[in-house]
Amino acid sequence: MTELPFLLDALPQAHRDRLLALARDNSFPPGGRLFDEGGQADRFWLIRSGEVALDLYVPGRPPPVVQTVGPGQLLGWSWLFPPYRWHLGAQALGPVDAWEFPADEVRALCTADPVLGYQLTLRCAEVIGERLRATRIRLLDLYAPRTGAP
Amino acid sequence: MSTVTPPLPYRVTAFRPETGDAVSLELQPVETALPAFLPGQFSMVHAFGVGEVPISVSAIRGRDGALVHTVREVGAVSGALCRLRPGDVLGLRGPYGTGWDLDSATGTDVLVIAGGIGLAPLRPVVHQVLDHPERYGDLRVLVGARTAGDLLYRDELESWRTSAQVEVTVDRPTPGWQGAVGVVTTLLDRAGPLGDDTRALLCGPEVMIRHTAQALLARGVPARRIQVSLERNMKCGTGHCGHCQLGPLLLCLDGPVVDYARSGPLLAVREL
Repeated sequence: MTELPFLLDALPQAHRDRLLALARDNSFPPGGRLFDEGGQADRFWLIRSGEVALDLYVPGRPPPVVQTVGPGQLLGWSWLFPPYRWHLGAQALGPVDAWEFPADEVRALCTADPVLGYQLTLRCAEVIGERLRATRIRLLDLYAPRTGAP
Repeated sequence: MSTVTPPLPYRVTAFRPETGDAVSLELQPVETALPAFLPGQFSMVHAFGVGEVPISVSAIRGRDGALVHTVREVGAVSGALCRLRPGDVLGLRGPYGTGWDLDSATGTDVLVIAGGIGLAPLRPVVHQVLDHPERYGDLRVLVGARTAGDLLYRDELESWRTSAQVEVTVDRPTPGWQGAVGVVTTLLDRAGPLGDDTRALLCGPEVMIRHTAQALLARGVPARRIQVSLERNMKCGTGHCGHCQLGPLLLCLDGPVVDYARSGPLLAVREL
């Protein structure tokens, strides 16, 4: 069990309670698929323990892992934006425990309570922005072999 | 400024390949030992007939003057050092520079964040904290590497897990890798809460250092409690030549370890 995930820890207690009231505990066995690229993004998760690999479908070879999501982190944001389709696939690398949230109920809650909706969207945007920055840094291949130094 | 001294001969007593392009050399003084090194300090390492490069100590062994340097082959001098074997002799000058400020970490949690070869200068910190657990709070070690094959000290990382939280991530997973994939900052979410008394120690490529420091600041770690080890073009090691200047700092004297309150604004200046 990890600490309160980064997505929730900055939300006011009342918002946090209302969100968590929609969540249910879920577990996935090693190798279990959580979702596939192109599928309906009808849920999202906050990982409590374990590691989930995000992958892409590439014909003729095992799906390459582009990132993993672990304890304390948000799994899935495609549920927040139309057309609500997963951009990647997800597979449990080992046993995974998570809070699972139903996307339609959370979206309805956001519509009914725009302040909560705004706060949650801000937090999700922060996570997305951080992942975009991290991806750009990986593009630099900072640890690649260097030449020309002494 | 200190005086430039001739290198003292040290003999390679053990050789260990760490990755495809990095090795660790255990060194013993042939006669006279250099003064004791602190974690984070560096030597000017001399490959006779080739040249000299600055390399941080990656382990400080006992009181017999033995040192370990982990060297990555990136050019002629480092390549010559990587080809040394037990019995060969190289030259050392030092110790140079500031070390990690572990005194200020007494009684606090220690967060070590390393990218690539940057784990080498931080390894003595881990050794020190593990050797003196009564002095420090929780130890967390976050490591990023290009691939699993590029991870330094893999056996040692496993042994640290008995006393510390160790998280490892790679940029490029290879077949069989079952761990995390992503930049090292993605490990911060699983490192648990970071109090404002956490001491964070960072080493790696400068872009990684800046990105990680920003992520720590966003999580409430004050800049003065973030220490970074910076790399510039060190030549003399004694503050004479100025090659390693970063604004008002000469990193061979004022660094390589500098707190982020001081170094962060300088790293944002392109002309430096």
